Amino acid sequence: MIQPPNQNIDKDWFLEHHIMMHRIRAFEETAARANQDKLVLGAIHLSIGQEAIASGVCKNLMKEDFLLSTHRGHGHTLAKGADPEAMMLELLGRRGGICKGKGGSMHIADASVGMLGANGVVAANINIATGAAHAIKLKRETNISCCIFGDGAINRGPFLEGLNWSGVFNLPVLFVCENNGFASTTRTDAMTSGEGAAARARSMGITATEVDGNDIISVDEITREYIANIRNGNGPHLISFNTYRLHGHTASDPASYRPAAEVETAWKEDPIERCSELLSRLGISRKILNEHRKIALEEMERVYKTAKEAPWPSDDNAFSDVQDLGDPREGAF
Amino acid sequence: MVKMSYAEAAKLALAEEMRRDPLVWAIGEDLGRGGVFGQYLGLLDEFGPERISDAPISESAIMGASVGAAMAGTRPVVEMRFADFALCAVDELINQAAKARYMLGGQVKVPMVIREPMGMWRSSAAQHSQSLESWYTHIPGLVVAVPSTPADNRGLLKTAIRSDDPVVYLEHKNIWGYEGDVPEDETLIPFGKGRLEKEGDDITIVSWSAQMHIAANAATLLQAEGISAELIDLRTLWPWDRQMVFDSVEKTGRLLITHESVSVGGFGAEIAATVAEQLFSVLKSPITRCAAPRVPISYAPPLEAKIRVSSEQIVEAATKSVAVSTGFK
Ligand SMILES: Cc1ncc(C[n+]2csc(CCOP(=O)(O)OP(=O)(O)O)c2C)c(N)n1
Ligand SMILES: [Mg+2]
Repeated sequence: MIQPPNQNIDKDWFLEHHIMMHRIRAFEETAARANQDKLVLGAIHLSIGQEAIASGVCKNLMKEDFLLSTHRGHGHTLAKGADPEAMMLELLGRRGGICKGKGGSMHIADASVGMLGANGVVAANINIATGAAHAIKLKRETNISCCIFGDGAINRGPFLEGLNWSGVFNLPVLFVCENNGFASTTRTDAMTSGEGAAARARSMGITATEVDGNDIISVDEITREYIANIRNGNGPHLISFNTYRLHGHTASDPASYRPAAEVETAWKEDPIERCSELLSRLGISRKILNEHRKIALEEMERVYKTAKEAPWPSDDNAFSDVQDLGDPREGAF
Repeated sequence: MVKMSYAEAAKLALAEEMRRDPLVWAIGEDLGRGGVFGQYLGLLDEFGPERISDAPISESAIMGASVGAAMAGTRPVVEMRFADFALCAVDELINQAAKARYMLGGQVKVPMVIREPMGMWRSSAAQHSQSLESWYTHIPGLVVAVPSTPADNRGLLKTAIRSDDPVVYLEHKNIWGYEGDVPEDETLIPFGKGRLEKEGDDITIVSWSAQMHIAANAATLLQAEGISAELIDLRTLWPWDRQMVFDSVEKTGRLLITHESVSVGGFGAEIAATVAEQLFSVLKSPITRCAAPRVPISYAPPLEAKIRVSSEQIVEAATKSVAVSTGFK
């Protein structure tokens, strides 16, 4: 069992979490602004309120570990080590974008840090992450694969097929469910029979844990423990993190389908503020903690400015990276 | 040359590639016992259960996990059992495998082969008989192979396994046992190169997969009637050997395309349109398609026969094409 927060907390470690969570939030807020400015073109899904999961999970992964994420994947990508400038360029569809302007928000990825992609199809990443773990096993390598998905994803078939597969082949994969209460504009539990991700995982022989996803200490500790387990060859594990999606489904969704009081209460559990409180109790001054937000906002402002000023990708990009064989222009008008 | 069956040729190709490259592995339902059609028979003994791997009946995971395993540096050969069951993994193939490289701006490749036994075979009815090759040609990112002979099945499967693209590899169930000569050396057959099955001057016939053999029989029958047909086996549909078809049609001035799959929206339409665009002035008669009516495949043999395109029908259509041709220009 996991111990409650103790006196031996590594302050520096959690200061780094605090910085990362602020960077994620500042990235998301800046992206939301870019969306309002009509410079982010497609839909974007913000992870505001869920930063502890991104930071807590990814900080415990090694660069060589694979990460597969969702449509709500900016935070995960940043926390895995991607460059926010290349990410923002991608969101704006500009030259230098991390996917050359071909993917946008929902396909954000940085293979150089093991981040193999967000995904525009709910639950599709579950099988892909499982397969990446299968490759690790076949190659006798020591890295692991991590798959983050939403609570809505557990109602699609790949959840069953991928989890069963990971158990059958005893694969080094960590499943992370972000249980934020909503799947698009619908409350997830209204459309989910039974007790959710962890219970379903257990029914397939996959060990599972449910944790407060807004408490950075819990997220960090539980993830570290199970990653170590997985690395030791003990097979897959699922962690379901309870959290709350503080903004709408997309940046342009006012989420008026839920009572304001509910959101207000949820803000009291803001994972960043909870982390700040923890650190200030440990003797870090509020001044330093507030500085983290300021620095993060400045960084993302710079990134946004660079992205705004960047040119479009060159036209030939439309035809490259399709496949090796066959001319993509053949037969076209 | 060595004589072997279409199934044996594929097995040989896979074994050769697995010996050559330890990152090649095969995954699918019932592979351990040799696959549903015996096309993996004996491979388990040589390569063990990790590389000739059984899978749960989870087509979505078979395809999707293979996408991840390919992205992560292995080269999976995915067995779909029947082409029809690959439809349980449409997202994984069409939205993921085919597009990952592009969406991620070239950061990853998805080197996998998706083997889909297709076509009419032993009264298998509508869910075990389909030929869906034209669907896949419509999807950017996919390569589509449709071998018809043992030699091609060996050479094309090897090329497919070495390709960094996702390759939809459609083997026809009705010709697993078909025997033919296979070269002794490890000849790789490039994609996008057709095979001239028979030379001729009067009409070009284009086909692929099992239908190629029906077309070959038609060409023999036509010869007896004094009509010299040139028969092209395309072997791959994306990329496809436009040049070979163009060269042939320039010579004959007539084109007939025949395939087992449904005519409407079939790949024959693509070939017909392309030739009409490029070679309109050399055509001596209208382009003809001999392909299936747009009905699900039946069970009872006489009903199933209504859907098959026979050699006799091809002969009739070709004869008509040659007859009207004299006054067309
Ligand atoms: C297969 C599929 N169905 C529907 C959608 C549309 N869609 C995008 S996100 C979403 C909700 C997903 O909810 P959840 O998995 O809980 O993730 P969250 O958005 O809460 O992070 C839906 C329905 C989709 N992208 N893919
Ligand atoms: Mg959700």
